[in-house]
Amino acid sequence: MSVNTQQVRHIAKLARIAMSDGELERLVPELNAIIGWVEQLAEVNTEGVEPLTAVIDQKLRLRDDVVTDGNIRDDILANSPEAQHGFFAVPKVIE
Amino acid sequence: MSELTTKTIAELRDGFRGGEFTAREIAEQHNAAVVAARTLNAFTVETPDEALAAADAADLARSSGKAGPLAGIPLGIKDLFATRGVDTTAGSKILSGFRPTYESTVTANLRKAGAGMLGKLNMDEFAMGSSNETSAYGPVISPWRRKGSNVGLTPGGSSGGSAAAVAASIAPGATGTDTGGSIRQPAAFAGICGIKPTYGRCSRWGIVAFASSLDQAGSMARTVRDCAVLLEAMAGFDPQDSTSLDLPVPEWEAKLSSDLKGMRVGIPKEYRIDGVPQDINALWDRGIEWLKDAGATPVEISLPHTKYALPTYYIIAPAEASSNLARYDGVRYGLRVEGEGGLDSMYAATRAEGFGAEVKRRIMIGTYVLSAGFYDAYFTKAQRVRALIKQDFRKAFESCELILTPTAPSAAFGIGETTDPLAMYLNDVFAVPASLAGLPAMSVPGGLDEQGLPLGLHLIGNELDEQIVLNAGLAIEQRAGFTHRPEKWW
Repeated sequence: MSVNTQQVRHIAKLARIAMSDGELERLVPELNAIIGWVEQLAEVNTEGVEPLTAVIDQKLRLRDDVVTDGNIRDDILANSPEAQHGFFAVPKVIE
Repeated sequence: MSELTTKTIAELRDGFRGGEFTAREIAEQHNAAVVAARTLNAFTVETPDEALAAADAADLARSSGKAGPLAGIPLGIKDLFATRGVDTTAGSKILSGFRPTYESTVTANLRKAGAGMLGKLNMDEFAMGSSNETSAYGPVISPWRRKGSNVGLTPGGSSGGSAAAVAASIAPGATGTDTGGSIRQPAAFAGICGIKPTYGRCSRWGIVAFASSLDQAGSMARTVRDCAVLLEAMAGFDPQDSTSLDLPVPEWEAKLSSDLKGMRVGIPKEYRIDGVPQDINALWDRGIEWLKDAGATPVEISLPHTKYALPTYYIIAPAEASSNLARYDGVRYGLRVEGEGGLDSMYAATRAEGFGAEVKRRIMIGTYVLSAGFYDAYFTKAQRVRALIKQDFRKAFESCELILTPTAPSAAFGIGETTDPLAMYLNDVFAVPASLAGLPAMSVPGGLDEQGLPLGLHLIGNELDEQIVLNAGLAIEQRAGFTHRPEKWW
């Protein structure tokens, strides 16, 4: 498989990265080289092989469903590019 | 006062405890070395006051007999670790000015052990790179140079600042992180030791995430013993990381032994690949002889899916990265660029401006392999091949206790010499399989090549068996007699 400019534009949109036409054009051959290279995995027979999701076998731990921290609003907002009235401020979303 | 910056962590610790010098003297000399080596661009932030404060606390603790295991030791901290009140940028513009209000578990453990911080170490942006050239703060320059040349070389990556600082004796040790070789390859390039423990030994809490199923912190220092000392302080169970291993931390340093009697060392035939310089294969052969001399028996093993490790990695790591890096949206921290109005435009403009070319490339690849219609063909397929790679190691460890390979397929290269992304990815051809399998692995310097640059030997152990990796590292260190340090030009 390979990607064309239109598909790369779509991927950039999904990834929320603004790109100029020039950047998109430059990325097409770069991405195709990488995609072509990783596609060699197709030659590996993986029939009946379960996808690996945990590299070291262990059970996910459960913990009691209780609040263990909180009351740190100012800490959370401390690095925000724009915080107002104790909230993150973003451009208007609803008309 | 002797030159304290050339001492190892163990020497500094023992000298401090024995009253030969104070922690303040150690910190002052290292702070001065940081300033004197600015040309290397190894640090993104210098924190001399933090180093001095920890030193004063260590001196006080010693006088009351309560000094921690790392009291008096100033360290460099890779800029991927969140440090309270100190800029943490992951080498990226998108996190410029980010000052965490919390501390990563690993650095908190080091502080609890009494260590101080000299500063934050430069790195490839979000740990994506093998040469430190993707850092938004400019590349780190290796303290090493080719014989008779003053061309600037890369210290490797992504923990390039860590490798350069330790090699140049600016810091006695440093933290690193390794997703697909980011501790081991720079350790090899810089002629130092570096170990990545079993996945889950060190908590990932507070480490800026790249590829969560692979990311693992580890230690970098000039000796095997120092790596063991540091790693012991860094590791440990942390309920805040769901993949943290709930196991006691072994006494790696106390149990160090270079006696490898009865051990079988696996030599994977698939690691003899074309295009690797003769110097590297010759060093590998010497490494086998050294381990034999230490009592081990070499056995040929097969890891049949080795050639698929890199392409597997370059699906899984970008996929996880594209997901992890979705958080950089200009809302909660770091850079915000308004764009042409509206929320979506702000996201896209912020990320366009904040991420560098390699990070964008990997987010794009990751987004593609996870997108509807391609997920199974790429991502699930890669997870299946990853299972086969893990199985290869499982089978191999039925006939050996340890695996020996070269660390990297070349010595350090010049800054700007490798421009093709795929060629850059090949740097980690020997390092990535152990990452995909979550195994402990270490690079130890073995010698110099004909250009006078360091080469590393790579040891891979079975799950949780850091001890044999360290022990074999010690056996190599004792036999290689690698005492070369870069000649000071900075």
